[in-house]
Amino acid sequence: MTGTDTTAAPTRAEYCVVACAEAWRDAGEVLASPMGTVPMIGARLAKRTFAPDLLLTDGEALLIGDVPAIGAAPAIVEGWLPYRQHLALVTTGRRHVMMGASQLDRYGNQNISCIGDWERPRRQLLGVRGAPVNSLNNPTSYWVPRHSARVFVERVDMVCGVGHDRAAAAGPSATRYHRLPGVVTDLGVFDFETPDRGMRLRSLHPGVTVEQVREATGFALAVPEEVPYTRDPTAEELRLIREEIDPRGLRDREVRA
Amino acid sequence: MTAEEVVGRLRSGMTIGIGGWGSRRKPMALVRALLRSDVTDLTVVSYGGPDVGLLADAGRIRTLVTAFATLDSVPLEPHFVAARQRGAFELVELDEAMMMWGLTAAVHRLPFMPVRAGLASDVMTVNPSLRTVTSPYGDREELVAVPALRLDAALVHLNRADPHGNGQYLGPDPYFDDLFCEAAETAYVSCERIVDTSELLKDAGPQTLLLKRAFVDGVVEAPNGAHFTSCVPDYDRDEAFQRHYAEAARDPEAWREFTARFLSGDEDAYRAAVAAFHGEEA
Repeated sequence: MTGTDTTAAPTRAEYCVVACAEAWRDAGEVLASPMGTVPMIGARLAKRTFAPDLLLTDGEALLIGDVPAIGAAPAIVEGWLPYRQHLALVTTGRRHVMMGASQLDRYGNQNISCIGDWERPRRQLLGVRGAPVNSLNNPTSYWVPRHSARVFVERVDMVCGVGHDRAAAAGPSATRYHRLPGVVTDLGVFDFETPDRGMRLRSLHPGVTVEQVREATGFALAVPEEVPYTRDPTAEELRLIREEIDPRGLRDREVRA
Repeated sequence: MTAEEVVGRLRSGMTIGIGGWGSRRKPMALVRALLRSDVTDLTVVSYGGPDVGLLADAGRIRTLVTAFATLDSVPLEPHFVAARQRGAFELVELDEAMMMWGLTAAVHRLPFMPVRAGLASDVMTVNPSLRTVTSPYGDREELVAVPALRLDAALVHLNRADPHGNGQYLGPDPYFDDLFCEAAETAYVSCERIVDTSELLKDAGPQTLLLKRAFVDGVVEAPNGAHFTSCVPDYDRDEAFQRHYAEAARDPEAWREFTARFLSGDEDAYRAAVAAFHGEEA
């Protein structure tokens, strides 16, 4: 759905965009660091609607003062954030990052480094990158565009982003600023609002069943008796997504209908 | 100096820091000169990009200290991936911020810096020599003591420098090139253009003067010396060439052809071969 028809029903990708945007509701005046196309559209949507105080970057060293379409240059630059300042900003806590995950377990431990034995990985991926510093210092959410039992595993092969059980075991310095608000996937929205901080289904995207989610999850997921659906985008949100923020329909490349 | 003279001062077994970040403003001409030398058995400290890929593929790295290796527009660095999967080097895998604080500790001649990053993650598991340190104050916080990342040599690439080693970046991000140089015993900067000291601030503010000559031991004029990584505002990443590199790196036969075509001669030959490549692409 790449046209500018704002009356067509919301697509799965558009539910994902709105679910990602919701991650930054009430975030206040902090840096939104979305990684991935759908989170990027979501952060821009949040800033254009209910979270106008968010700071956004151009993906490199500039803080942008307007909200351009994905891939377009900003018209306004409001600040400078080179990598060293970005890494320092993380430790101030005034940032909410949404990272990707090659593996994620039920306590929110995340892996983007490698699959298999670390000494001699079966599949080398990116490396830990900034996942350790992010997850211990500022709110860290995750985005998984294809929910599967290969991603949602009982135990990740390398803990890059720190989950609840690992943080608790490491003590107060690890838990002090540790916060994992949630996970958004192409099937639904998840959080860790359970007594043991294990992952819980928070909402299903319309058209998705609990069974589908259970089958695509490699661990026992907490599922409440009544599971709501992810909220619909408003007409204005659809217009912003389709006409202004992602007119080229890049969201559909990350999330198939 | 020439790139060959820089490499002539490096020794096998050294710990070498390489500036830039991912596929951005990497001292690629110096890396290519390193590939033409017989310097090997290196410990490389880098926010990894194709510098790491090329050196790993050539078997020059004994130990790699990094948080990632990427080509940015191509997420995975294929030579780094292949070298890791065949166990070609030892990896010291640190978080991005831990790298910055390790370099900072070296600059300040401190043994370590306390950081929160790393706690509870497998960075602590895969680096069993990492230790924690407890705050002597009332909070009694236990934090990671990131050891100083001291370097024997640093290699960085900037937009401009004067002949004395005052180095200037003109793009949006200095990356960590000053930390690399100040953390090193000896530091070498290649640049797009060597200019007279009096020219440095003609069109730019004083905050662009990233490197002080007291921390630079040699300057190399290397136009297009970051190619195929970006060197904004002088040039963007050569995406077409990088794609060609990444595709070739995934296939042994194609990589032999790539090496024969681009990496078997000197820097002039490299430039000519890249120009010919773009002629064919056009």
